[in-house]
Amino acid sequence: MTVLDVKEILGARVISGEEWLDKEVHTACGSDMMSDVLAFVKEQAVLLTGLCNPQVIRTAEMMDIVCIVFVRNKKPDEEMIRLAKEREIVLLATGHRMFSACGMLYEKGLRGGRDYERYN
Amino acid sequence: MSDTIKLHYTVSTEDFTRAGEASGDVKRKLKQMGSSPEVVRKVAIAMYEGEINMVIHANGGTIDVEITPEEIIMVLDDSGPGISDIEKAMQAGYSTAPDQVRALGFGAGMGLPNMKQYSDEMDIETTIGVGTKVTMKVFQT
Repeated sequence: MTVLDVKEILGARVISGEEWLDKEVHTACGSDMMSDVLAFVKEQAVLLTGLCNPQVIRTAEMMDIVCIVFVRNKKPDEEMIRLAKEREIVLLATGHRMFSACGMLYEKGLRGGRDYERYN
Repeated sequence: MSDTIKLHYTVSTEDFTRAGEASGDVKRKLKQMGSSPEVVRKVAIAMYEGEINMVIHANGGTIDVEITPEEIIMVLDDSGPGISDIEKAMQAGYSTAPDQVRALGFGAGMGLPNMKQYSDEMDIETTIGVGTKVTMKVFQT
């Protein structure tokens, strides 16, 4: 699916990065712990998070994450928006909670990657 | 023309917003130089975790990066408290970070394990009360 699909499934609002809504999304990750996000390599991922500070954007940058969804309508500040624009990362906000937002995307076929096997 | 590029960064703790700037800069430079996406990401993540560690545990420090056609060497040097039990610190989930760091999204005990996972070689020299020097290598091929 694309970032635009993610936006529509979650009824999300675009905070910034309108011009990159056609980017492809292959996997997703929901976490408030950035080190956990960094532990898994994912391709073309979307990150769902309730954490709202500039390190969320930095983490996304290191992981080549294409889109960040802030759950519970968390609002990034100007500095975060500036960092995200420079890095061509789309910022979305949805009123849904983390669990519901992840479930809605899962239901539409988005998956978390296959590296869970490492932890079994 | 030299094939080696040397970069030097000072990591400050004054502004947590800026933690990750050095890693982002190295990532962009490697991309421009044509390193493979896998190498770029390994370096970026390993160095970023190291940079965050320096900010939350060691009151900042310096990072020297050497880029050659064969490898990328990152040397992270701080004058922090040192690591008293490296074996424990290397275990996923073990953390000595204070609660306010967890509120920022770090301190899950994944810093050193992630650095080890994403670098091809890692060496830690640490002395209690003096500081810690972490050397990480990522091979280009």
